[in-house]
Amino acid sequence: MTAVLLVLVVLLAVAVVWLAAMHLQYRRRRPSRLPTAGAKRILFPFMGNALSQRALDAALRLAKAEDATLVPVFLARVSWHLPIDTPLPRQSSIALSLQEAIEQRATAWGIPVDARIERGRTYRHALRQTFEHERYDRIVLAAAAPGSNGFDAGDVAWLLDNASGEIVVLRTAHDKTIEPPARRARRRRHAVPAGTIAHVS
Amino acid sequence: MEPRPSTDAESERAEEHRGRYKIFLGMAAGVGKTYRMLQEGQAEAEAGRDVVIGYLEPHGRAETILQSEGLEVVPRRRVHYRETELEEMDLPAILRRAPELCLIDELAHTNAPGLEHTKRYEDIEDVLAAGIDVFSTVNVQHLESLNDQVAEVTGTRVRETVPDAMIGSADDVVLIDLTPESLIERLRAGKVYPNERVQAALNNFFTVENLAALREVSLRQVAEEVEHKRAITEPVLGSREERLLDTAAPQAIHDRLLALITPTPKSQRVVRRAWRSAQRLGGELDLLWVANSEPTKDEREQLDALRRLASVLGAHLLIEHGDDIAATAARVAQERGTTYILMGRPKPRPAIRRLLQPALPFRLLSLLPGVDLRIVADRTLLSGGGNGKREEL
Repeated sequence: MTAVLLVLVVLLAVAVVWLAAMHLQYRRRRPSRLPTAGAKRILFPFMGNALSQRALDAALRLAKAEDATLVPVFLARVSWHLPIDTPLPRQSSIALSLQEAIEQRATAWGIPVDARIERGRTYRHALRQTFEHERYDRIVLAAAAPGSNGFDAGDVAWLLDNASGEIVVLRTAHDKTIEPPARRARRRRHAVPAGTIAHVS
Repeated sequence: MEPRPSTDAESERAEEHRGRYKIFLGMAAGVGKTYRMLQEGQAEAEAGRDVVIGYLEPHGRAETILQSEGLEVVPRRRVHYRETELEEMDLPAILRRAPELCLIDELAHTNAPGLEHTKRYEDIEDVLAAGIDVFSTVNVQHLESLNDQVAEVTGTRVRETVPDAMIGSADDVVLIDLTPESLIERLRAGKVYPNERVQAALNNFFTVENLAALREVSLRQVAEEVEHKRAITEPVLGSREERLLDTAAPQAIHDRLLALITPTPKSQRVVRRAWRSAQRLGGELDLLWVANSEPTKDEREQLDALRRLASVLGAHLLIEHGDDIAATAARVAQERGTTYILMGRPKPRPAIRRLLQPALPFRLLSLLPGVDLRIVADRTLLSGGGNGKREEL
């Protein structure tokens, strides 16, 4: 009888120790430094096939300094002859690739990201839709430069009239761009072979 | 008075008498649909069949014209419309001539007003009903159900469309495939359009991106047709196991993906991965949130964003109420014929809960033994986030 009791006590003790060890392991494994959604939100609208790396970095720096969430918004254009709510597989593919790239970069900075794709008949229409749907404190955008996508002077003036909150416009001349992987691969295929002198204008 | 045969018997007889219909489908002008149709027509004529050309549109292409030589042509008829004279296929003449096989180019063509039918595919129906076999050609962007998709992909919408049932009713659909690069090469060599139209074509429609997308759409369309025909025509014979395999096979070809999400920004990564997989597999995508309480203000905001994202991606957002995520997800997966489930990394659980209940992925695997499961990694766990260190892309 005493022996059975002793075995039971030992088993119980082992179970308690095991459970405590598992609990400690769970607490250790529980992620503690994940980016958590910041109260402030910084809109980062972009369009086309590539986005300005400098503008993105500036938006990330701001988000980091203000402990804010970055909201990258891909502006998708819907042709007039299609319904506005039509699915957009080609543009979505580009948007998701770029959002993935933004998320990778933001994660390295420890900044939470809440990405969007917004449709409109024009980029301004898509922006207007964004303002209707999203909460935000600031907008960071890249100004148009030769060879890169961005907002022109007219768009910026329009934004000043139509958007609330602060607007930060970045000039992105001689900028590096971030592109979806398919586009990068295609460009590499057409690259000048090593050892050849290429004319760069 | 003889009793009138039943309608079923009549339609059965009409079906038996109907000519065979073969369609040559291409992704764009210039891939060689007409050429291949003429080639096969020539082969049939060589084999001793009575073959005529009902309508041919060679677009001045020398190779195509050469391929038509030796085949009898039913002359076109002239139609006056708004002070212009148009040339159209002569349907009554074809029916009078009653060949064994008639080659009719461009089935999506719209006839001049005043003829028997508005559309050429309706003329073809008459020819087939007369017991004449027909070979015809069409480009994928003319198919009604693909018209929007092709317009989105290429930015060009065609007005002349044909119902998908036309393709479905064909006995054979032959895809004329060519790589985008080869087609552009043919275009540059002046084999598709006259030289003065080449540059405009290259600048607008004939880009590698457009052609690659159209090629994918055409390949998928023909694959679906083949699968559909197989599902209808293949008899179910043999042992019980063979019958089970046989009935399972057509379902397995159509992939349907289910992504388990929560209304948080973290779910976007799962949605992105799921959508890419759905695109690769050519399957439909469902996004499912199993809610165990009413959504909070933040969750409602995220749900609205997810709803808009689902609409842009062409996915379906489903919200189900239930306390047991695995059971609810399994029920939805069974109802919707899901073949593939994607989910984010499950949250670590306390030891007691781990002891009492297996983790969600294990429960899903046991509830849905025939469904693949993929867990999408959470990159934030790898990064040591928050250190401000920059990482090259």
